Amino acid sequence: MPILEVKNLCKCFGKNEVLKGISFSLKKGEVLSIIGSSGSGKTTLLRCLNFIETAEAGQITVDGKLLFDSNVCKKQSDKEIREKRLHFGLVFQSFNLFPQYTVLKNITLAKELLEAKKGNDGLSKAQIEAQAKKLLDRVGLLEKASSYPCELSGGQQQRVAIARALALSPDILCFDEPTSALDPELTGEVLKVIKELKDVGTTMIIVTHEMGFAKNVSDKIIFMADGIIEEMGTPEQVFEHPKSEKTKAFFEKSFENIV
Amino acid sequence: MGFWEVTLSLIGGLKYTCLIFALTLLLALPLGLVIAFGSMSKFKPLAYLVKTFVWIIRGVPLMLQVIIFFYVPGFLLGHPILSRFSSVIAAFVINYACYFSEIYRGGIESIAKGQYEAGQVLGMTKTEIFFKVILMQVVKRILAPMSNEVITLVKDTALARVILIVEVIQAAQNYAGYGLMWPLFYTAVFYLAFVGILTLIFGYFEKKLSYYKV
Ligand SMILES: Nc1ncnc2c1ncn2[C@@H]1O[C@H](COP(=O)(O)OP(=O)(O)OP(=O)(O)O)[C@@H](O)[C@H]1O
Ligand SMILES: [Mg+2]
Repeated sequence: MPILEVKNLCKCFGKNEVLKGISFSLKKGEVLSIIGSSGSGKTTLLRCLNFIETAEAGQITVDGKLLFDSNVCKKQSDKEIREKRLHFGLVFQSFNLFPQYTVLKNITLAKELLEAKKGNDGLSKAQIEAQAKKLLDRVGLLEKASSYPCELSGGQQQRVAIARALALSPDILCFDEPTSALDPELTGEVLKVIKELKDVGTTMIIVTHEMGFAKNVSDKIIFMADGIIEEMGTPEQVFEHPKSEKTKAFFEKSFENIV
Repeated sequence: MGFWEVTLSLIGGLKYTCLIFALTLLLALPLGLVIAFGSMSKFKPLAYLVKTFVWIIRGVPLMLQVIIFFYVPGFLLGHPILSRFSSVIAAFVINYACYFSEIYRGGIESIAKGQYEAGQVLGMTKTEIFFKVILMQVVKRILAPMSNEVITLVKDTALARVILIVEVIQAAQNYAGYGLMWPLFYTAVFYLAFVGILTLIFGYFEKKLSYYKV
């Protein structure tokens, strides 16, 4: 059974149809990369999955649980939406760390708030911090635990953002162009962390312009164009033998840019 | 008239100056936040109503508002309901709350959307996002404009005299009527010291918050 199943997801902003029926599924531990030109709806898709935007139509099922179904039109309460969000994690292009908190506090804040609501059953602050330190160690930044975000490089900030998202143990971790805001020499350290997450079986959806990386790390590639999935398949299928003209044109253009 | 006699009488005036300053701050700081939320409300009629209110209060001279608060309620009801002091406080609190609300609103709206979204995807509630994530960033952003406004408040307290409250300037001016000039300068020194202390306090907080950038 797939861990994530998205069916016929549609989203418009006013008259602008941004997602026109997106369907795909993802198995546990798989890595999906989404590529496509600017404005094709990649960010919007991730935002719908994370319930920052509400889709107009479609279904989202995680681990057999129907999280979103446009046919059941009942307004969801804030509490329900919050619980659903916890199935997903999102790493932003612009990191969005909380500047007033230390690196450690950035990671523990949300977890502490969640655990506090459980009353006595919740984890203690010390347990949460211990867990956060493990995550920091995993992204190679344990020695920065008490630094503030403004004291870190972009690559380090993004690695903290990844640790922050992992702290809530989401079923599926989403990345929206995690290296686009970084200098080229810093992208490597972030990609390395993502690669390591794959190796420990993290289910991930990565929107990226790093074609080489997508090809290496992914089990599945989606090429999006104008709000639809133009092409979907294994990296070999999509990169080596694209069927759609749009996909071919996109790759040609990407390679032109590199040269 | 001796130095001590003058000092005592100026202190009598100072008492009002300080009370008006402290009470206005105490009440207007939170009220301003309520007004700011009103003006940012998604319920448009409320937002427009609050914005119109803020426009009126900021557009009419504070001096006139003090006079209105003192005379009008009593006139309408046939008997005075607010004492001189309470009408000054009411006028000052509402006036400053409106100024503060605009500073708050500017500060809140200047925080990047990504900060809210980061809180959302981490499962935080709206209240948690505001108090745990946004507020401290807003505080840092608005510290400088707030210090301006608070320093203006120190000097605006003198307006209380229009409804015959003898605040410190009025007290000093009474001596000038008798040909005694130095209490005026004495008073100036008092204001300088007051503002000096405030500047130090705000400087302290600015320094305290300088460990992070927003
Ligand atoms: N909040 C919004 N309101 C209105 N239109 C929006 C909003 N967000 C996105 N759009 C529109 O939706 C379309 C798709 O945007 P989206 O950000 O999903 O594209 P993208 O594939 O992520 O592009 P990029 O590679 O540049 O990040 C664009 O035409 C954009 O103008
Ligand atoms: Mg995007």
